[in-house]
Amino acid sequence: MTGNAGSNAFAPGALAIETHGLTKRFGSHLAVDSVDLAVPRGSVFGFLGPNGAGKTTTIRMLLGLVGATSGSISVLGQPMPASLASVLPRVGALVEGPAFYPFLSGAANLHRLDTADRSVDGATRSDRVAQALDRVGLGHAAGKKVKAYSLGMKQRLGLANALLAPRDLLVLDEPSNGLDPQGTREVRSLIRSLAADGTTVFVSSHLLAEIEQLCSHVAVMSSGRIVSQGTLDAVRDQDVSRIRVVTTDPVGALRVLADFGLEPSVATDESTADGDVRVVLAPVPATDPGHRTSGIQPEAIVAALVAAGVPVRGFTVEESSLEDRFVALTGEGFAIAEGHSVR
Amino acid sequence: MSDSPVSDSTLSASTAPGETASVRARPPRGLGLALLASELAILFRRTRTIAMLAALAAVPILIAVAVRVSSSGSSGRGPAFIDQITQNGLFVGVAGLILCIPLFLPLTVGVAAGDTIAGEASHGTLRYLLVAPAGRVRLLIVKFLGTVAFCIAAPLVVVLAGTVIGAILFPLGNVTLLSGDTVSISESLGRALLMSAYVSVSLIGLSAIGLFISTLTDTPVGAMAATIVISVAAQVVGSLDQLAWLHPWLFSYHWLGVVDMLRQPILWSSFGDNAILQLGYVIVFGALAYSRFVTKSILS
Ligand SMILES: Nc1ncnc2c1ncn2[C@@H]1O[C@H](COP(=O)(O)OP(=O)(O)O)[C@@H](O)[C@H]1O
Ligand SMILES: [Mg+2]
Repeated sequence: MTGNAGSNAFAPGALAIETHGLTKRFGSHLAVDSVDLAVPRGSVFGFLGPNGAGKTTTIRMLLGLVGATSGSISVLGQPMPASLASVLPRVGALVEGPAFYPFLSGAANLHRLDTADRSVDGATRSDRVAQALDRVGLGHAAGKKVKAYSLGMKQRLGLANALLAPRDLLVLDEPSNGLDPQGTREVRSLIRSLAADGTTVFVSSHLLAEIEQLCSHVAVMSSGRIVSQGTLDAVRDQDVSRIRVVTTDPVGALRVLADFGLEPSVATDESTADGDVRVVLAPVPATDPGHRTSGIQPEAIVAALVAAGVPVRGFTVEESSLEDRFVALTGEGFAIAEGHSVR
Repeated sequence: MSDSPVSDSTLSASTAPGETASVRARPPRGLGLALLASELAILFRRTRTIAMLAALAAVPILIAVAVRVSSSGSSGRGPAFIDQITQNGLFVGVAGLILCIPLFLPLTVGVAAGDTIAGEASHGTLRYLLVAPAGRVRLLIVKFLGTVAFCIAAPLVVVLAGTVIGAILFPLGNVTLLSGDTVSISESLGRALLMSAYVSVSLIGLSAIGLFISTLTDTPVGAMAATIVISVAAQVVGSLDQLAWLHPWLFSYHWLGVVDMLRQPILWSSFGDNAILQLGYVIVFGALAYSRFVTKSILS
């Protein structure tokens, strides 16, 4: 599934981030489960997953904030956390939202965090702080105390902090949180310009729109596992369609669809006028990317549904967007194994 | 919609000169004392720190004013050094310092030391400092040095405020020491500073304890309270004769030995014993803080 056969061919070892079997356990809860990430240098890598998927925990491990339960990490070609001191000066990061001293101004906060990095030149500190603030459009609020900042301004200040020094890699955890649409566009444009400079950008999000417009590569995470990874096109093409059945007998529909080797689920977010009518969705995996329905004949499914006595009110084959893919991969809706009842 | 991440952007890519696709690894420059400077600046510019130091300065000022207002009828009551204030303003700073030793000073040190790591964690800035990367050991040392700076400042503020108000409200003159000897004004000022240094050293063991507690939690108030409770508990234990065997091991054991700095000759052994005891606490609790902090999961 790891589709590295995209437009760019990357030399082996030219990975900005590489993990093998990365696992983090909180008590008995597996927050991150055997994650193998391969982030090519120069890519804008979207790290996609719903809330609680384990994105932030993965990022904390990448940056040496939290020890992994097991697995290995390499960032910019060096093992982590062993090479933390030489790797992190080349990495700008936004982790789990911005965090600052509320009683200091925006500029003073950046100044403070910059002094923590021993590798930078203190003589250029004020200039770099001013440049970073200008770059995120906060120049006017530089002297204002952070407690008077809006969430969006704090988010921008967090980005400015990641840009205080030249970076090889930016790790941005949900950078558009709290931003208005205009701010989101600006962040996107900023990320593009950084990528154009050659910086690898690893950006996590639970919002598809952000990723889809920005990224060359994506990984989709769900319940601690990577369920899909590769170039944007490769991931999008992994299933090209889905079957949508409107019926009053969702259990029967699920059973029939499962018999075709599909993984159907009952949509939870689609309400129908009639309370008994449910929508059953089944992504159709593309075994052969040339064929949109991968050999499964929709006609045969309709016939089977009818033969099984499932009352069909509607049957459609929908082309999938990445959004459908995301929903399918992250298991929104009630996924049902072996055709057991819904509840 | 373009899949390419490198499409031309409307926002100008303000590439710094010399910045290329790969940033070369930047080795550390020197010790990075800028972090210590920034720590001290933040600590001493913080409203809370200023308020604590102001409250400490208020103690000798209150004593002096109270004594001045009621000094017409001289009484034999109260501690001897308070009585002496009326004869010599130089005693005000010393009296204020001794009064602050059991509670006020440990309280402020508990706040400063308890806040070190837990305060950064509660702001969320701990993760950004470590990602910068500050280095965990370096950050811990900087935090400890910041607390030491506070331990130096706090008694100094009491002594200086007391000396100034004493000079304003009372006559100045040669000082009669505990031993009965008399020293000049300038030497007695030196003695007052020496007492301040003694108290600073006395508070360092407690700072190390506070630093360790601060690595255990993300709640600064909890770390502060725990440190203050420990300082009170140590003094309670120190007053129980049944636990006399334990007393020499308490960080508060030599706290009131500060008066030995008023003897002639100065009882330097007292200063040394105190310093060694405090150093022991720094080593033990510094090691505990180190082993805790280098492996701590930063989840705040
Ligand atoms: N400190 C913690 N202790 C226990 N569980 C945690 C902790 N932090 C995160 N988790 C759990 O780990 C999972 C992943 O969380 P997180 O990495 O924050 O997800 P995301 O960033 O994708 O929203 C969640 O189920 C969350 O409840
Ligand atoms: Mg998160």
